[in-house]
Amino acid sequence: MSSHSSLLPLIYLFLAILFIVGIKQLSSPKTARNGNLLAAFSMLAAILITAYQEKILTVPLMLVGIIIGGGVGLLLAYRVKMTDMPQLVALFNGMGGGAAALVESAELFEKLALHAPLFLARTIPMTIGTGVGCITFSGSMVAFGKLQGILGPKASKSFILKGLTSILAAVILISTVLFLVRINPTVYEILAAAALVFGIVMVLPIGGADMPVVISLLNSFTGLSVAFAGFVLRNNLLIISGTLVGASGTLLTQLMCKAMNRSLSNVLFGAFGAQEKEGAVTAGSPSSNGSIKQVSLEDAAVLLAYSKNVVIVPGYGLAVAQAQHQIRDLADLLGKKGIEVKYAIHPVAGRMPGHMNVLLAEANVPYPQLHEMEEINPEFPRTDLVLVVGANDVVNPAARVTKTSPIYGMPILNVDQAEKVIVLKRGMSHGFAGIENELFYNPKTYMLFGDARETLQKLITAVKEV
Amino acid sequence: MSAHLLFSLYVFVLAVFVGFEVISKVPATLHTPLMSGTNAIHGIVLVAAMLVLGSAHTSIQTSLGFLAVILGAANVVGGFAVTDRMLQMFKKKPTVSKNGQLDE
Repeated sequence: MSSHSSLLPLIYLFLAILFIVGIKQLSSPKTARNGNLLAAFSMLAAILITAYQEKILTVPLMLVGIIIGGGVGLLLAYRVKMTDMPQLVALFNGMGGGAAALVESAELFEKLALHAPLFLARTIPMTIGTGVGCITFSGSMVAFGKLQGILGPKASKSFILKGLTSILAAVILISTVLFLVRINPTVYEILAAAALVFGIVMVLPIGGADMPVVISLLNSFTGLSVAFAGFVLRNNLLIISGTLVGASGTLLTQLMCKAMNRSLSNVLFGAFGAQEKEGAVTAGSPSSNGSIKQVSLEDAAVLLAYSKNVVIVPGYGLAVAQAQHQIRDLADLLGKKGIEVKYAIHPVAGRMPGHMNVLLAEANVPYPQLHEMEEINPEFPRTDLVLVVGANDVVNPAARVTKTSPIYGMPILNVDQAEKVIVLKRGMSHGFAGIENELFYNPKTYMLFGDARETLQKLITAVKEV
Repeated sequence: MSAHLLFSLYVFVLAVFVGFEVISKVPATLHTPLMSGTNAIHGIVLVAAMLVLGSAHTSIQTSLGFLAVILGAANVVGGFAVTDRMLQMFKKKPTVSKNGQLDE
């Protein structure tokens, strides 16, 4: 950083304010888009200033790197289907964490090559930043792989994980201390390698339903890693923005845990990961209590058309089938027949909190029809019919009654309290948690099997004919 | 402890508090866009990557810096673009009805 420009810190301060206001606006529905644009503007300014400062035209690699990276990012951002949003956020997050670790490494090797003195003021943030950045990078990539379906459930179990985590943690800790005492590039490389493996081992056993929490946590980790890069480079804008993301990300992670009624440590080390293996077997017992009842399209249409009020519970299956538009058409049709239609949105419906809202917004579902869990739950006893489309764990009564169930304690939509329930599903497969759902065996539940999109289309035709 | 480090620590600690305060109440609807938006903001690491690459002396620093620039640029451009795409969908319909009923 050139010392003659005292203007730069002032500009940085202004840009930091824009980031803060941007995040503030992002947390309210009315101003969210504006907030994002504000932050993007601030970012663009920061990048342009740096480009000018570093005389980008004399460093062709810099321009090439920005074009390659920016191009790939833009392509991914505009190509991604809304259903695949969680893994894309994970991917971008991993890239950020990786970049932070690379920055810190480059700084270290530069100083070593120049035989410049390295004081603790630099080496401490350097090691912590590298460790956290590496964990974020590999952890996010595993999260991406799991959500994208590249890493199946088998991969989660193929590791002897429990002992390994503690061993790796010890290696990270020891190499950090060793490095701080006596700077040595090999120790640094061991630290980075151990952190990379730690990220993999940490995320691999975590169940799909908990993935949003993990991504949010990794997001705040990246923020921290970037803040440490700011310490290393003595750049306050980096410290402020990184820390902002680190802190707000931590809070967001807590909010998400709350929405699922789980503690963070429980998500990271507890229930799902460990119990997933037995869960599928033990929780299967209720199935012996009854048999499922299938319903034909025509009968389902009659049930719908003769209800006074209908609550639709959309789940991830709806999103996978890209049936957002069909469900809205059906809801509109029922609305025209004078039936009151509401959507019940579980906080973690889809694969990220708020994901379902995005998907339904894409299909132009009117906002006032969307109801969150606390709001709609008291209404189920007065509801004639609930139509569950591609949702499973979030309507599983086991969360309320079965103490041994891995999802016990998770707040659910109490659809079993309604008069009748139609469950539209592809087959009898399990949800993310990999457990049996008693709702399907409930005498008032009717199962309608088929692809959500196709079946809804047929259902619309059938309802029209009623 | 150098004055510079001390100053940086002040900045860090205050930023932690700002970060906690700034998103005290967020409706679940916005969790995904907020996560994605803050995800884009830590793309500021691109600035760090550019600084490192700009002052690179050795080939190892150049290659590390170059890689960091690519990753950082993807993070920042993709992050903001995808967040905007998401939020655009909220805007398309009448978000605020007459009685000001917003899903909180």
